[in-house]
Amino acid sequence: MTNHWNDIQHADVVLIMGSNAAENHPISFKWVNEARAKRGAKLITVDPRFTRTSAVSDITARLRSGTDIAFMGGMINYAIEKNRINWDYVRDYTDGTYLVNPDFRGPVDLDGLYSGLDGSKYDKATWSYQVDEAGLPKRDLTMQDPNCVFQLLKKHYARYTVKKVCGLTGTDPKDFEAVCDTFTSTYLPEKSGTVMYAMGTTQHTYGSQNVRAFAVMQLLLGNIGVAGGGINALRGESNVQGSTDHGALFHILTGYLKTPNAKQPNLVKYNEDNTPKSNDPQSLNWWGNTPKYMASLLKAWWRDADLETAYSYMPKLDAGKNYSYLPIWSEMAKGKIKGMFVWGMNPAVGAPSSRMVRRALAKLDWMVAVDLWETETSAFWQTDAGVDPSTINTEVFLLPAAASMEKEGSVSNSGRWAQWRYKAVNAPGHAEDDLWIMNQLVNLTKDLYKKEGGAFPDPILNLTWNYGPVGLDGKVHNPSPREVAKEINGYFVTDKEIEDKVTGEVKKFKAGDMVPGFPLLQDDGSTCCGCWVYCNSVDDKENKMMKRDTSDPTGLGFYHNWSWAWPMNRRVVYNRASVDAEGKPFAKDKPVIWWSGLKKAWLGDVPDGGGGPGAKHPFIMVPHGRGMLFAAGMTDGPFPEHYEPLESQVKNTMSASQVNPALARWDKKVKEEVCDPMLVEGCAAVTYGSEFAKDFPIICSTYRVVEHWQTGQMTRWIPWLTELVPDQFVELSEELAKEKGIMSGDLLRITSVRNLEGITAYAYVTKRLKPFNINGKTIHQVGMTWHFGYKGLVTGGNANDLTPFIGDSNTMIPEYKAFLVNIERVRR
Amino acid sequence: MAEFVKLIDVSKCTGCRGCQVACKNWNELPAEKTSFLGSRSLQNPPELSYNTWTLIRFDEVNSEDGKLKWVMRHDACLHCETPACAKACPSPGALVKTAEGAVVHDPKYCIGCKACISACPFNIPRNSAAEEKMAKCSLCYDRITNGKKPACVTACPTGCLDFGYKDDMIAKAHKKAEASKGAIYPDNHSYGTNVLYVMPAGVKLTDLQNVNPKPGMPTTILWWKNLFKPFTLIGMGAVAGFAALHYFIKGPHLVEKKKEGGE
Repeated sequence: MTNHWNDIQHADVVLIMGSNAAENHPISFKWVNEARAKRGAKLITVDPRFTRTSAVSDITARLRSGTDIAFMGGMINYAIEKNRINWDYVRDYTDGTYLVNPDFRGPVDLDGLYSGLDGSKYDKATWSYQVDEAGLPKRDLTMQDPNCVFQLLKKHYARYTVKKVCGLTGTDPKDFEAVCDTFTSTYLPEKSGTVMYAMGTTQHTYGSQNVRAFAVMQLLLGNIGVAGGGINALRGESNVQGSTDHGALFHILTGYLKTPNAKQPNLVKYNEDNTPKSNDPQSLNWWGNTPKYMASLLKAWWRDADLETAYSYMPKLDAGKNYSYLPIWSEMAKGKIKGMFVWGMNPAVGAPSSRMVRRALAKLDWMVAVDLWETETSAFWQTDAGVDPSTINTEVFLLPAAASMEKEGSVSNSGRWAQWRYKAVNAPGHAEDDLWIMNQLVNLTKDLYKKEGGAFPDPILNLTWNYGPVGLDGKVHNPSPREVAKEINGYFVTDKEIEDKVTGEVKKFKAGDMVPGFPLLQDDGSTCCGCWVYCNSVDDKENKMMKRDTSDPTGLGFYHNWSWAWPMNRRVVYNRASVDAEGKPFAKDKPVIWWSGLKKAWLGDVPDGGGGPGAKHPFIMVPHGRGMLFAAGMTDGPFPEHYEPLESQVKNTMSASQVNPALARWDKKVKEEVCDPMLVEGCAAVTYGSEFAKDFPIICSTYRVVEHWQTGQMTRWIPWLTELVPDQFVELSEELAKEKGIMSGDLLRITSVRNLEGITAYAYVTKRLKPFNINGKTIHQVGMTWHFGYKGLVTGGNANDLTPFIGDSNTMIPEYKAFLVNIERVRR
Repeated sequence: MAEFVKLIDVSKCTGCRGCQVACKNWNELPAEKTSFLGSRSLQNPPELSYNTWTLIRFDEVNSEDGKLKWVMRHDACLHCETPACAKACPSPGALVKTAEGAVVHDPKYCIGCKACISACPFNIPRNSAAEEKMAKCSLCYDRITNGKKPACVTACPTGCLDFGYKDDMIAKAHKKAEASKGAIYPDNHSYGTNVLYVMPAGVKLTDLQNVNPKPGMPTTILWWKNLFKPFTLIGMGAVAGFAALHYFIKGPHLVEKKKEGGE
């Protein structure tokens, strides 16, 4: 979230799109309702179904799954046509004024493509700004130049007319206009609108571009950095924010530093590749500090090694190779992965084409599962899973783990608040907390390397591991998360004097002192820091994540002394975009920061970057300092463009490019090319116009219900929750039910091209789903949860046994939200 | 002791069923074995029961403006000001209206006669054939007499459920009803309860499950309990009187002590 949960109370319009917040983030409704009660805020829900969120909304609009960009593009076009643009904001705080390379071409010129497409990859040379002699982007402050970003954007979205958009999305034009009118009303500087989104937005082959469409809209309306505004990703798990902050993805280390690759053999080259430069003194270009953060991270991991040696210890990716969630399974299926730790995860239910995933697991020599119970994944070899255990040679170890209330540590919520949690009860039996298990693994692995040597023992043997008192054997036996928190914050490794470049004041630090904030991290190896964005969370006196002071002196809901938020306890990021060049807030009744001429200081929230009003551009993470309407960093185009899901019954009427051209395709033409039998689900897809398309005419989407969580591995063991939702079900419209002779409660079989045997589920016939009229053709959509599997007090059909093995071109997040199925009645 | 009211703003309910689970949690009620076939919708368990005192009812209805409404309604005891169940109950102490406004059942005195079930205008109490007892929501009497709100209200994340002093809640109900154009149910003028609903605007009460559009004390109970109960009491008094008289005249009935040890 750019903002945070209780900031939603300041919104004038709340757009929930790609999210079913009432079900999956029920607490958020406290703040949505607060905004409605206090400010008369309007709540808009855009969803293929009429959900529990729709049930309490002021305006609801339906769209066919996978047409978010068409919908948002139409809304952007509406805002431009009706002049509902915050012009001052666009001119001063976005790149709307920048001139783009004259050789750049977009979908308007190239029928859905951008210039530079080579195979399924774009050469982005033309996706650039024109620069002047000083090296700054050339600007046209009138935004009339046909090559300026705003004019290119206008031309791009002029094609997204109401007729064309609603023809694709299936939205009632009246509803569409009501949504546009209400949401774009927040273009006035004193108004703000927020976007709450989740996996409905991201789980598409163009999921990142769906989010980008929100970003473009919000920048045009001047809704970023302001109270009650922003783009707010509602995280699907309590600590998903923490896991990405702390580098749990393949392409990033902690604090979103890029993972080194094999073409970066030393730290000098790594820094050269990953440190953007800006010639604009007003741009803070925060990533310019990359060398300081990387050096401090290396020191956190290998305290006694010099920086280059430490860098040589760090694992490197093969440049350009993808190590994300999907390739793990295809590589495993091919027998290239021998062992696996499954730590609090259940891919046997949660992964796309999960039948293939379960087959791949059988190729492992060993699996270590760390979990509360035996999940479908650790039980993949049992008869419950439909396999003969005697045919599987994988050795499975199940380590019992402590649940959240049985261990101490921090949890980072969607609003970036890192909140400390204490242990409430002891874990049962031999269940241990994750840190204890990890500590044992480190100790034993170090012992093994010491004894047996091995290919490259130095990174393991020299790994700094000091999270608790060291025993007589030189090892830590009782690690403490509080010690880990200190390293995450970072401390001085050697004594250090630092001169403030502005005031000339010299600050003296001793080895062991906590680093007060990331501006003081050093690139010379004198500081260590486990995750730079968390620097400032622990100081010499206290762990700020433990703070529980409910005072709110400004009355704006910042609660600066309740827990701690990254970065630097800032509650609304990009908050310099909420004030004008004099430091006066655009919205006087809900300011985020304001400049006090008397005190010569910013008041309110912690401001983004230093200096007085107008000194710095607000978007400090962007090299040029302004919000990006034109984002060259994307793999699939600087402006979001509508494509169809990989599996679709609908021809893309926006252009001749049916699907996202930058996709890494796994599917083969099923009959023409023989697929590895291990990967057969991964190869199969019902693309538009393919010969199997008529067999799978119905769109399916998977989702969650409030009563269960994720793959159900926790909730399907709790009687009070299984009582509420005891069975897998398929939601379908009364119209489709009539067509197929189905009644609520009938047992149905749902099949996809990847799973002709299909899965079974009960029919839930409801008024809340309706067929879509797509350019005159009737298209049905059904939906089911992905909470069920073969373990637990209740079991049921696993929706991911149907889902396609394809991911977004930027992030590889699987396309769970739009794929094709067929349904038939098994029995009444 | 202050009198309380639980206020339910139905249009704010998102059907998360936190209240339904919190009720089971606090009252230590076991889960039921359910299936999708029970109600063929999300509503589950399909009905209130001896072990389910709070139930979110899901109704898909077309509202007066022709738009689809999905009404999710918290259903539990309404704690009548003059509870028909307590009037109907033949066993003193089994159902009691307390000063706080709760209608509390005490299984110790319940004889399982089900008179309360037929008397209730809201179809709330449920019986267990095995236990031969009735059960229903007690407004968390043990919590509200210890400065806490009922478990369901504490769990509610959206502000749909509220709990407080009667006058404050009635004022709040009127304010909410005025703002949302929804109706207060039950209408306080015709039938008083310590639980009030603000119903969503544009929804007919008759379209919703288990809503009695015109709740009232069943006339049979008025007849039997108001007119005839005094006579039965006189009858019981007479029996007691004669018994006492008999005691004074004849003295206590002596039973021969059994020989210790036996055979």
